[in-house]
Amino acid sequence: MAMKLVVIGAGMASGRAMEHLLEANDEIYDITLFGAEPRGNYNRIMLSPVLSGEKQFEEIVTHDADWYESHGVTCRFGELVTGIDRMRKVVISEKGETPYDKLLIATGSSPFIIPVPGRDLDGVLAYRDLGDVNRMIGYAERPGAKAVVIGGGLLGLEAAAGLSMRGMEVTVVHLMGHLMERQLDASAGYLLQRELENRGIRVLCGANTKEIVGEGKVEAVHLEDGTVLAADMVVMAVGIRPNFGLAQAAGLKYNRGLLVNDEMKTDDPEVFAIGECVEHAGSCYGLVAPLYDMARVAARNMLGFHERFEPVEISTKLKVTGVDLFSAGDFAEGGGREEIVYRDATQGIYKRLVIRDNRIIGVVMYGDTSDGAWFLQKLKDKEDISEIRDVLIFGPGFAAGADADPMAAVAALPDEAEICGCNGVSKGTIIAAIEAGATSLDAVKAVTKASTSCGTCAGLTEQVVALTLGDDFVLPQAAGMCKCTDHSHDDVRRMIVAQALKSIPAVMQAMGWKSSGGCASCRPALNYYLLCAWPDDYRDHGQSRFINERVHANIQKDGTYSVVPRMWGGITTPQELRAIADAAEKFNVPTVKVTGGQRIDLLGVRKEDLPAIWSDLNDAGMVSGHAYAKGLRTVKTCVGSEHCRFGTQDSTGLGIKLEKALWGAWSPHKFKLAVSGCPRNCAEATCKDFGVVCVDSGYQLHVGGAAGMDVRQTDLLAQVETEEEAIEYCAAFYQLYRENAQYLHRPYKWIAKVGLDWVKARVVEDADSRKALADRFFHAQRIFQKDPWAARVAGTDSHEYRPLADLTQVAAE
Amino acid sequence: MTTAIDIGALEDIPRQAARLVKTHFGCIAVFRTAEDKVFALDDACPHKGGPLSNGIQHGEQVTCPLHNWVFDLNTGQAQGADEGAVRTYPVRVEAGRILLDRAALAPQVAAE
Repeated sequence: MAMKLVVIGAGMASGRAMEHLLEANDEIYDITLFGAEPRGNYNRIMLSPVLSGEKQFEEIVTHDADWYESHGVTCRFGELVTGIDRMRKVVISEKGETPYDKLLIATGSSPFIIPVPGRDLDGVLAYRDLGDVNRMIGYAERPGAKAVVIGGGLLGLEAAAGLSMRGMEVTVVHLMGHLMERQLDASAGYLLQRELENRGIRVLCGANTKEIVGEGKVEAVHLEDGTVLAADMVVMAVGIRPNFGLAQAAGLKYNRGLLVNDEMKTDDPEVFAIGECVEHAGSCYGLVAPLYDMARVAARNMLGFHERFEPVEISTKLKVTGVDLFSAGDFAEGGGREEIVYRDATQGIYKRLVIRDNRIIGVVMYGDTSDGAWFLQKLKDKEDISEIRDVLIFGPGFAAGADADPMAAVAALPDEAEICGCNGVSKGTIIAAIEAGATSLDAVKAVTKASTSCGTCAGLTEQVVALTLGDDFVLPQAAGMCKCTDHSHDDVRRMIVAQALKSIPAVMQAMGWKSSGGCASCRPALNYYLLCAWPDDYRDHGQSRFINERVHANIQKDGTYSVVPRMWGGITTPQELRAIADAAEKFNVPTVKVTGGQRIDLLGVRKEDLPAIWSDLNDAGMVSGHAYAKGLRTVKTCVGSEHCRFGTQDSTGLGIKLEKALWGAWSPHKFKLAVSGCPRNCAEATCKDFGVVCVDSGYQLHVGGAAGMDVRQTDLLAQVETEEEAIEYCAAFYQLYRENAQYLHRPYKWIAKVGLDWVKARVVEDADSRKALADRFFHAQRIFQKDPWAARVAGTDSHEYRPLADLTQVAAE
Repeated sequence: MTTAIDIGALEDIPRQAARLVKTHFGCIAVFRTAEDKVFALDDACPHKGGPLSNGIQHGEQVTCPLHNWVFDLNTGQAQGADEGAVRTYPVRVEAGRILLDRAALAPQVAAE
């Protein structure tokens, strides 16, 4: 007589297990199948094509009524199982008790609903089963309907793409910095985001949902940063949780999931479990391949074998038509690992292999995934690839000869892209000149004037000429930013603007970075270039800043910090001095020093004390002096006409005005000012980055001084008559420097490169240019001129200042 | 007695950042990479004692903020021409919690 097998859960895993069982022997078991949904087993991972309208539900059904009937499976769909009595070996459901000899639990998982206010509103959906899909389609049929998808993982993006194909206006809200962060690195995530945005899907990364609002039904989603997204429907696709409440109530052992051994048995030898509800060797699984393996192992062991489940490397593909994306294995970077990266910016292709000990351990591919299976096989086989390493990245068909093109980014530029900003020369102009007979770089420069002014576009001009001339041209060697790229600082800055690149991963992808995450040299430079180019859009990346700018204080040799409050123009008050003295005593500051920039330095403050000491200084009206910043430092002044018998103008007053205008700005390197009240120059203005020397008839403006490793006297930029002009010239000069200088070049180095005449042409001789520069500077100041200390006192970046844990109270053993 | 100590949630450390765990024997820097891997190392560069937790993280490496020595977070070995190493500690993430091996609280005995 056949034994009784009861299966709880009619999903993909149990469907596969029954197939294996019945194929091997259909006489051993009488099977009863319970399913919560009022239908049988279907291919859940193909729900996305149903949502997008590319498939009908009937096409994804794996087991229909005929199959169950012909295989003698008793179906109890839509009937809720309420308990398992393991003593009596019965399953208890709404309609009574069903006895079993063996029990297979395959209860799957439940969508995780983030606990935000409004999650219970009508219109908040999960994406799990056909019912969810049908509800989503119902919303999508309303004209002009808007959807917000919370979660930019596999499931969320498939939902977003499907809803978008159905005509909805879709926004994806993703907590992490890039999409599908569990499967993709930042570069591939960026390409994916760009593709989705091209399809009209709005993507917000690093976005935290605060609440869902509406009267009875969804009307909008509010984010932590204040953004409000109108919505008729919200899809929560942030993750899944193993669903094992029944097993838990029946006293089976569980942890994150229902615990099973290698044979897929729970701690009750008569009870097997498979699928998303289980935890095996510390892991829970949500992808189909391992679940099918579990199903096979469980089926075999129910037939009396002793097979073991061995997890293998899983690969992922996103099921969005037209998006080719593949990832497998461990693709984190780091020491002991090497990587081979192939990028083709024109085609939007990115491939990355992570290699350890001559074996592939991780694969990420975007745009062209045709070789994914080939790489995955090598990964699973742990094949030694040292012999074919040189051509490995090109895949099995490498003979076809695709070669990495270092000039792909330039080739991708449209003809109207500006190459030479000084002379208004576009890529198309250069190509036209070549077609008209210019056959060398010099000839092109002579005809078009490209790269004949400031010279920062020389590299790009050469590359356009090289691309157009082809083999007739030998590209001169240009110095790369760092070992991560062959592109120069100037080229990178230009491409950021020309291609509207707005994140570090975007730059690295578009310009073919050779490392996946950059280094301590290029990341701070990129962070600055992006922040300067896109003050409104770019989100400052603290982890790409040197520690001083990250925590707004100067690190000292012993790991303590120094604190320098701003003293506008070097002027202070008894009340400020008292507050500084009180703070120094309260926080046991070991050294108090007067700086060369006319302010007071508190040295030796513990990192943990920084927010507290800033709070005290803030209370006395003082803000950060940015003594740590690649940005405006101090404005040194003399006492000027207010007190000095030689003073010609109010140098102190102008210094304070300049400092109030410029403070808070970031620049390629530090920027120091001074204002002297007469040519005796007591404020030493002629060795500053920007110095003002007051004279009877007005103000002499000097630029490009230095008094560090190099000592250099300033050059005269211009003489102006009013304070207002002095401030506008200063802002324009600073902005020109901010927009053009290489990171870590002080103004004097930059001027040596571009020439003082070039600077004068833009700041002095052309009033419109000067005004535009100053306008751009003050626009950026509206964003950056905020006291970073006050923000941190209020809680910004609190993780920087507090230890994660204090174990000094915990005993060792 | 369990062998691991729950020192906090993975989300308590931003990506590419590090935070400190204080012990009787000094501070341990706990790093979270861009790919959500977690590493624990002594927070002192063997060169001049620089706090590695304050460095810039790139890939599975960190650059010391004082003199730019670069360390592999997996092994604690200095990279490039520099020679030296920092001690590493077993640490793992389970269910979103960071678990540090209790051995981190044991005193160091100099090995010969």
